[in-house]
Parts: sequence; structure tokens; C-alpha cells
Amino acid sequence: MSAEIEDRLKALMIRGQAGESAAWNELLTRLSRQLRGYFARRMESGSADVEDLVQETLMAIHRRRMTYDANQPFSAWAYAVARYKLIDHWRRGRIRKHVPIDDVVDWLADSSTAEEGATRADLDRLLATLPKRQSQLIRDVKLSGLSLAEAGAKAGMTEGAAKVALHRAMKSLTEGRTL
Amino acid sequence: MRTEDLIATLSQDLKPTPSVRQQLLRPAVAGGLIAFVLVAFWLGFRPDILRAWAAPMFWVKAAYTSLIALAGFGCTRILASPIGEPWKGFMAALAIFGILLLGGVVQLALADAVDRLPLLMGGSWHVCSQNIAILGAPILILTLLALRTLAPTKLRATGAAAGLFAGGVAATVYGLHCPEHALAFVAVWYSLGMAVLTAAGALAGPWALRWR
Repeated sequence: MSAEIEDRLKALMIRGQAGESAAWNELLTRLSRQLRGYFARRMESGSADVEDLVQETLMAIHRRRMTYDANQPFSAWAYAVARYKLIDHWRRGRIRKHVPIDDVVDWLADSSTAEEGATRADLDRLLATLPKRQSQLIRDVKLSGLSLAEAGAKAGMTEGAAKVALHRAMKSLTEGRTL
Repeated sequence: MRTEDLIATLSQDLKPTPSVRQQLLRPAVAGGLIAFVLVAFWLGFRPDILRAWAAPMFWVKAAYTSLIALAGFGCTRILASPIGEPWKGFMAALAIFGILLLGGVVQLALADAVDRLPLLMGGSWHVCSQNIAILGAPILILTLLALRTLAPTKLRATGAAAGLFAGGVAATVYGLHCPEHALAFVAVWYSLGMAVLTAAGALAGPWALRWR
């Protein structure tokens, strides 16, 4: 990576750490492009996991952003996070179903299917693997049809926080759990 | 969720971040206080505590264990970053131990043969390491918990660093209870207690620090 890009990203990182939303948005957007390339080169072609890994890495960078020290090279820091996520992904090593989890939950939630009772039980079992807060969020948004703002208010969080929490909940459902 | 939406959500309501040092000092202070309370109400302060602080050996002991704590803290802070290289800190801890051990050996060599065993074993060798390990356990647990929100990637080394730090703090606090004053005693039994915590941290690290 060229020194100019490195300096630019580093400056954005420091402003992001100080709480500047615009800088943080720009940094994550730039990083998402780089990370997509990074993961795509290291996985089977066309793998649906690439975008998952990009998102997981962005979330890790977001949550752990205080660990970046301005004396360190920024790209080394960011790629170390990406590498950890990649190794963790391989270590989990389970074969994933390549069905988007959104579709599965929607399908299970669709009460017009003939085996309504049985699929409901499947869904309950699936949701029971999650922490209560997360499963409640999925129930509220995906089954009861509440908006994110409503479900968030019910759980005592902002709409943005509810969106992230729901995303994480859906993500953990996909992680190696068989239906 | 599309990646752009995720980014937009993450950058909403962004708050300034606290420093890593702050994140790690909080559990250290809380754990240190727990160790202090345990000494005060469970082990008891050494009876000569009011006179002991005037003796050089009291300070040699405190200096040894707090230098170890400092090295452990430095390692832990460095390892909280995904690209941290902690080896200097671990080498520093080893060097500090080496110096004290040398002092202990010299002390034993200069002592009369009959005094050597008492110098080494003191009156409390059978509880010393164990007490330090117990006093350090809360500090280790709290430090590991704090590290879970940070970004260590060398999980075993990070656990060991947290253990070394917990050991150093615990041993320093234990000095308020323990009246032993031989270098050889401290070099062996204090160090063993700190090593036990370091090993416990190294064992727990990969499991306790794995990113969720």
C-alpha cells in the first residue's frame, strides 16, 4: 500500500477514535473495499463467506478501535484484525449451508406452510440457541413485524443498536448450526 | 444487511474511545483492592508492619514484585493490540528475576551452612506461593475480562502477561502480610506464586480471550 494511502487511512482512524462520524464512515468504506479483495484472494472463488468476513472484520475494527495506537502503522493493525477473523473462520471449519439465513428464518416464520406446527418448533429450537435478548429481537422484527425502531425501543436500545444487534443475531444463527 | 448499511449504522452516534491503559487500569485497581482486603481481613498484616517499612528488605521485596507487575502490565498493554510484540517485557521480567535469584544465591553462599536451609525455607514456605496465587486470582480474572473487549491476537501470550501482572500485584500486596526477609526465600517462593498465575493465564488465554 502506498505511503499516501497509509497516511490518509491513519488520519481517518485517529479522527474516528476521537468520535468523528464522517471520518469513521469514510474509513470503513475504504477498508471494506480493501478487505473484500483481501478475503477474495484467500477463499474459494465466489464464496458467500467473503462478504460475511468483510462485515465481521468491520465490526471487530469498530468494537476494538481503541486498541490502535497512533505510533503503529495503521494498515498492519487493520490487516492483523482481518487475519485473526480469517483464521478464526477457518478454524471453525464447519461446512456452512449456503442458504442465506434471512430466507430460512422468513420461510420458517411463514405460518401458511402446511406443517406449521413442526416448522414453528424448528424455529423455536433454532432461536433457543441464542441469548434471550437476541432471540426476542428476531421474534419482534421477523415474526411480529415490528419496525427496528419499535423493537429497539422495546429492548431499550436505539434503532441503530437494534439493527446491529439483529445483524449479529442472524449471523450467529448461521454459524455452524444445523437446522 | 448490506455492507454500506452496516457502515452507516456503525458510524452513527460515534463516541470518543477510552485509552487501553485506562481499560486495563480499572480492573487492576479493583483487583488490587480485593487482594488488599483479603490481606487485611483474612491473612492479617504482619505484626511488625509499623517498624518493617524502615527495613531495607521490606522495600527490596516490594521493588522486586512491583517491577514484575510493571513488566506484566507493559506486556499486557502491548498485547492488547493485534500487532503487539511483547518479548521485551517478558525478557525484562526474566532479567529482574535473574538479578534477585543471583542475590539469593550470593546470600546463601555467604551464610553459615546451618543457616542456609532456614534462609531458603523461612517459616512459611508451604503457604507463600499458594497465598499469592489466591490473592492474584481476582486480578487475573478481571484483567482477562477487560482484555476481551480489546484486540489481542496472541491469546496464550496475552493470558500469560495478564497472569504475570496479576502475580506481581498480588505478591506486592502479600508483602504486607509476609514477614520473610531472605532474598533466597523471595526469589523462590514469591517467584513460584507469580509463575503459577502466569501459567494459569497462559492456560486460560486461548479459551478466555477468543473473540466473540
